[in-house]
Amino acid sequence: MARVVLIGNLAQLTGGVAEFRISATSVKHLFQQLAELHPAIGPHLEEGVAVAIDGQIYQDALFQPIAPESEVFILPQIAGGAASPLPTGPGRNPLRALDGL
Amino acid sequence: MAENGTNGTNGHGYVGTRTIRPDGVDKVTGRARFGADFNLPGQLIGRVLRSPHPHARIVKIDTSRAEALPGVKAVITRDDFADQSSEFIPAGEMMMNYKDVVRNVMAREKALYEGHAVAAVAATSAIIARKALKLIDVTYEVLPHVIDVVEAMKPGAPVLHDDLFTVGVEPKPDKPSNIAKRIEITLGDVEAGFKKADVVVEREFKTAPVHQGYIEPHAALASVSEDGSTELWCCTQGHFIVRAHCARLLGLDIAKVRVTASEIGGGFGGKTVVYLEPLAIALSRKAKRPVKMVMSREEVFKASGPTSGAVVKVKMGATKDGKFVAGYAELKYQAGAFQGSPVQPGVFCAYAPYDIENVKVTGYDVVSNRPKVAAYRAPGAPISEFAVESVVDEIAKKLGLDPIDLRMMNAAREGTKAAYGPKFGPIGLEETLNSIKKTEHWNTPLRKWQGRGVASGFWFNIGGETCASLTINEDGTVSLMAGTPDIGGLRAALTNVVADELGIPYDKVRPIIGDTGSLGFTFLTGGSRSAFSGSMAIVEAAKQIKAELCARACKLWEAKPDQVEFKDGAVRPLGGLAEKVKPMTIADFAKVAGKTGGPIGGYGRINAQGAGPSLGTHLVDLEVDPETGRVTILRYTVAQDAGKALHPAYVEGQFQGGAVQGIGWALNEEYVYGADGKLQNAGFLDYRMPVASDVPMIDAILVEVANPKHPYGVRGVGETPIVPPLGAIANAMENATGIRFTELPMSPPKVLKALKERGATTR
Repeated sequence: MARVVLIGNLAQLTGGVAEFRISATSVKHLFQQLAELHPAIGPHLEEGVAVAIDGQIYQDALFQPIAPESEVFILPQIAGGAASPLPTGPGRNPLRALDGL
Repeated sequence: MAENGTNGTNGHGYVGTRTIRPDGVDKVTGRARFGADFNLPGQLIGRVLRSPHPHARIVKIDTSRAEALPGVKAVITRDDFADQSSEFIPAGEMMMNYKDVVRNVMAREKALYEGHAVAAVAATSAIIARKALKLIDVTYEVLPHVIDVVEAMKPGAPVLHDDLFTVGVEPKPDKPSNIAKRIEITLGDVEAGFKKADVVVEREFKTAPVHQGYIEPHAALASVSEDGSTELWCCTQGHFIVRAHCARLLGLDIAKVRVTASEIGGGFGGKTVVYLEPLAIALSRKAKRPVKMVMSREEVFKASGPTSGAVVKVKMGATKDGKFVAGYAELKYQAGAFQGSPVQPGVFCAYAPYDIENVKVTGYDVVSNRPKVAAYRAPGAPISEFAVESVVDEIAKKLGLDPIDLRMMNAAREGTKAAYGPKFGPIGLEETLNSIKKTEHWNTPLRKWQGRGVASGFWFNIGGETCASLTINEDGTVSLMAGTPDIGGLRAALTNVVADELGIPYDKVRPIIGDTGSLGFTFLTGGSRSAFSGSMAIVEAAKQIKAELCARACKLWEAKPDQVEFKDGAVRPLGGLAEKVKPMTIADFAKVAGKTGGPIGGYGRINAQGAGPSLGTHLVDLEVDPETGRVTILRYTVAQDAGKALHPAYVEGQFQGGAVQGIGWALNEEYVYGADGKLQNAGFLDYRMPVASDVPMIDAILVEVANPKHPYGVRGVGETPIVPPLGAIANAMENATGIRFTELPMSPPKVLKALKERGATTR
């Protein structure tokens, strides 16, 4: 199972638990399982976070594979000189768009 | 068959060379069209009425007198924008809320800063528009204001938003305040770390709010037809983002909005948001004529996003051998009128250059009566890293260690666990430190009142959604279309890649920036992403072209896929086939394109992942005039890891530009507010930015530690160079004067005051 660590304030949404062992094969599966375990974190995962898998940061990459022995960090999205919102909104939320898949 | 889209397919090798910029002729002849250069027949001129108060309730707006003025064709206020629900959306290092965005482009219940838009008019001339503004009657109820971040955090401070409750604290507050958010990251046990320390340095720093200072003011030209189709020309770092914002704020279908990005006279993060654009569209929709709007410089200063002023506490501990064992920091960042300061990346970046086992950083996002901050080149990082780099230098002094050696000893490297979570892949901080130490600059002697400083810096970099298309024209030339505005040499860098990927001469490729109707959604130019992700999209597009050409060759030659390959700009027959047919170049295919299946092109549509952080080290020499407090930069060297420089001259330009902006931030730039909460220096005469004559030639050292996740090894380079200058200059000032300056800017009055307090004001 992958070691999953929440960075920053995210652990406040999981009752203070910042570290998990989760068997997930992709970022999408990871988010779904975390949201089932702790529903309060679901909207924040939907709104957008970055996921570092074995040191490499991915953003908006729901299908990125996660290996059983991977180390995964979930942290706020990083934009840099682009502190502008992504044009999300109805119909553009990646997780909602995948509902039912 | 076609190769996999790497740089092994060419015979030219343009990548890494200093090719002539495709936009150069237009720029030097004045032909290039910037935001204010666009005009349409019958256009109106739009102007904005702005609040004279830093904080006031808007009781009533009466536009009747303005509307009655001959020549006035439209007036808009808050009533012309539907309110937006409170919905947070991803905004990179921060979340953003359209409820705030709609209130920032046009004040609703309250004016929250001097310069906040309250109404706008469109008229047949600028003179009439200005007269009309004077005829708009706004009834204000003036409220107490607060500017300073520390003052804004105090109990009893004027509260900007009655519905703003601090997130990230327990128990959840039952009263609103100006503190939008508290964040914290921890690594290890910082208290235990300090117990291991032989030396501890603790300091508090203060930085002034500064503006990006782009030369070109915001400008927009909108034309809305009777059926609602909307065209917009504007200077922006991301026209797809502008389209999204305007569609959302004005209730338009995205497909009906077409946005074209002009050439851009600087952005540095400040043109990632909308100000005039939705107003111009709303006015055009109402007037049924095109509307052009251009900000004055005063408006740019008062109403567009600067970056935060901040207060930062730093406490670091090290062993007597120089090993960092603990780092603590507390960051308080101004967000301006609405939440969303860059404190999150400030927290993440503070200790990122170093390998420290025990770290704790907290940050506060604080609203005050200033323009909402916008991104500014590595947003948040220069502030927190300035504080840490200053303390690192003090530790070196206390331990009697060389400041470069101390940084080298503690440098983050591949495998180092960052305080914000993941372990780094290959990074080049050590290489930049080594490069600096080997320079002749480092070993040049200095005189009295001269000082030398060094500092390092870190920025993450990002990828993101990116499209690019390549089209083979009838004569075999190639049209390249990218979706990110070219701010720092994108067209030249991408053209190098296209020429290498397709094996054709550089001058046979013509790059343009496509409008929003020409490509799929492409995230903006920011996060040091455009060359990184754009080149990945091009590799993908070129791969499609090479595959298509090979497929057509197989049909023409009646060959199997393994009998052909694409190499050096042509499909080449392999084995026995080579004796029967001749290679076909791209130009050969172009001639027969119609007969072999139609036009040939490739379309890269990716969400680029794998951005590699970029780290740099800066070295500066300066001289202090003890009689005036003026500081002169004598010499400056930048070393930074670029991964692979697609176009070295442009990469060096980014290094140099970042350094100069950092010099301004460190020495002179600041927003000066009066007791009335009004900005007193809203112009370049009083807001002192460095110009060419203020700085020496910035020497640039390209370090190339390849990013393994990019086909050419590229890392973003645009933001990291503004991170180290603040600390490097403060460290040089300490070496020149013996005084540790903890407040920016280190402007002549402050320097002179400090020198007088030390009794050292004569040469």
